[in-house]
Amino acid sequence: MIRVTRRYKFSASHRLHSDGFSDGENRELYGKCNNPHGHGHDYILEVRVAGRLDPVSGQVVNVSTLDRLVAAEVLDDFDHKYMNADVREFQEVIPTSENILGVIEKRLAAHWQSVFPGDGPRLEAIRLRETRRNLFELRAS
Amino acid sequence: MLITRRVEFSASHLCSQASLTPEENRALYGAAANPNGHGHNYVLEVTLAGDPDPSTGMVFDLKHLKEIIHQAVIEPMDHRFLNYEVPPFQKVVPTAENVAAEIWNRLQPSFNGGPARLQNVRLYETEDLYVDYSGDPQ
Repeated sequence: MIRVTRRYKFSASHRLHSDGFSDGENRELYGKCNNPHGHGHDYILEVRVAGRLDPVSGQVVNVSTLDRLVAAEVLDDFDHKYMNADVREFQEVIPTSENILGVIEKRLAAHWQSVFPGDGPRLEAIRLRETRRNLFELRAS
Repeated sequence: MLITRRVEFSASHLCSQASLTPEENRALYGAAANPNGHGHNYVLEVTLAGDPDPSTGMVFDLKHLKEIIHQAVIEPMDHRFLNYEVPPFQKVVPTAENVAAEIWNRLQPSFNGGPARLQNVRLYETEDLYVDYSGDPQ
């Protein structure tokens, strides 16, 4: 098996708050992340791709093509944004790192086949580092 | 149990295929197709799998692992131009994928029948791009 992992960065703010809870419950559940004005992180996103090593090009995936997809579907929309207000999915869903990974997976999956058709590279996993201490990983379905 | 040893080497390379035009190579490999080459500080992580020996408490002697990596990888590749100096990269494009696979092929014979098996080779071409290879290009 051969896998290529590409690392990206974006800086964004968010606020963790659920309308289903009282203000007190939100503060209790989300702690500092419930601060009404939000706060931000320098997120690190890793996109892991698995596939066949093409004997001619020597590549599993064309990294420039992957970069363009990730920029168009994720970075252009997320970087230097307030996710709760600026990213459409987070009008409905709380932008926890778990949910951010879910949204990123859906966005990449929606365009994957058109960008990498046939038995090309497949999306294997995405990882999101919110801070040095918090790392989240989602195996792509 | 897995154990991983990390080493670094610095080398230059360029990515292009002789059968393609300069424009086609540029489209496929981007800046890496520059005809005069460019370099990286590669970081290599070699992972072995095995059970700790009950008497030594070790999966594999790390000094020995260091020597194997040095002989198979660092000595031939460090401060070299991969395309000109390191076979098979006169004929095979030294992408990160191919360099990782070549490193696997060079290391693997040292672990045949030994106390630990070669589990994975992770090669960082830059901090933002790495390849994991575990022996099967498919």
